[in-house]
Amino acid sequence: MVSPVHYLPGTSAIGSRGVLSELLLRVLTGGPDRTGLSELPSAARAALTGVDDILHDDDIQVSLLVLYGLHYGSLPGFGDEWEWQPELVETRGILEKAFESRLRELVVTPPLPEPTQDAVARTLFALTAPTPGPSLSRYVAKSATLEQLREFLILRSIYTLREADPHSWAIPRLTGRAKTALVEIQFDEYGSGVPERMHAGIFAKTMRGLGLDDTYGAYVDVVPAITLASQNMMSFFGLNRRLRGAIAGHLAAFEMTSSLPNRSYGDGFRRLGFAEDVTDYFDEHVEADAVHEQIAACDLAGALVEDEPDLLESVLFGAAACLTIDDLVAEHIDSAWQHHRSALRDPERRIHA
Amino acid sequence: MNEARRSAARPSVTACPDGPLIVRGAIDVCDETGAVIDRTRQTVALCRCGASAIKPWCDGTHKLTGFTTHTPDPTAVDPPR
Repeated sequence: MVSPVHYLPGTSAIGSRGVLSELLLRVLTGGPDRTGLSELPSAARAALTGVDDILHDDDIQVSLLVLYGLHYGSLPGFGDEWEWQPELVETRGILEKAFESRLRELVVTPPLPEPTQDAVARTLFALTAPTPGPSLSRYVAKSATLEQLREFLILRSIYTLREADPHSWAIPRLTGRAKTALVEIQFDEYGSGVPERMHAGIFAKTMRGLGLDDTYGAYVDVVPAITLASQNMMSFFGLNRRLRGAIAGHLAAFEMTSSLPNRSYGDGFRRLGFAEDVTDYFDEHVEADAVHEQIAACDLAGALVEDEPDLLESVLFGAAACLTIDDLVAEHIDSAWQHHRSALRDPERRIHA
Repeated sequence: MNEARRSAARPSVTACPDGPLIVRGAIDVCDETGAVIDRTRQTVALCRCGASAIKPWCDGTHKLTGFTTHTPDPTAVDPPR
């Protein structure tokens, strides 16, 4: 067992990454006169004109993370009163429109099957079938250093310290058996009635086991745009009712690509001498997600399409989007580690943060 | 959804195509000595392919082994041995 060390202390205030996020953070942490609030929508439009790829744009992605954070209440330092502030909702909508355009352009939705439960489940299983060859999970299992495992947890923490929350937005947006299936999965995600078994909490224990700060958002500043984009995409799908098919498809693909990699992740931590307090999270997911993937593919995504055939394209788009963005996140990490670089953003900054 | 699933009190086993058996409801899963195997979740997946590393639970390995639950077509010509 490696003794916990003080490593990379988290920040209590999120840093800006450009003109838009600077204005947004200034408004949200500023005084009661709300200076700059009315300028936010035009600042968002201006920021978008200079964007190369919104998925990798730090200024836009951190702005979206903060705007969605107002709905979760997940980020420190922002008052509850901002949640439905019209200028903020408008700003979010402007960014979401560009975000969605990029996703629609990039994501390849598979050929549409018949809108039946069985056909949709089979299509999802084919889409998410494990592929041989190198992967992030195999690298973690066999080669990752302690430092890289810490980076891995830091990058994962943006989603996992709030694990399951983005998909829970869909619960009241669904009806019938798809809703029952989603709640069955989420009940397990939230601990099956035992607070200590809540997945986000088990992950927090893993972070502490490696000497990391388990406060939500503590490491936002060192997380690259593409990882924030992954989280933002889930919030975007979850918070827009018209995309309820996409969030269901996203959850299905997410669960269907989880059991096998999590076994490898656990092996990586065991290889470096970590005990059950650290590997519990990964081991739990090997077992849990082998259940969840069946429910998500058949009873959630499949049944949703059968009951609302118009959502077929949306469900498969959400699933394909999950895989596409996950691949980009993994490519970023892989490319950094292959070149013996940190996968975190601006690594020098963390020392002075 | 079938009748068994509609009754929360009545346990059910769902056979997933090319996958595990999903078990819902209050039943004990026991080992060969009759001892109840610890179960932390309400809905569990039992390994059906025999390749899981966490038996009796499913760990998704069936997706790597080409496990299938299709009933063989009796009219098909036997493959050469």
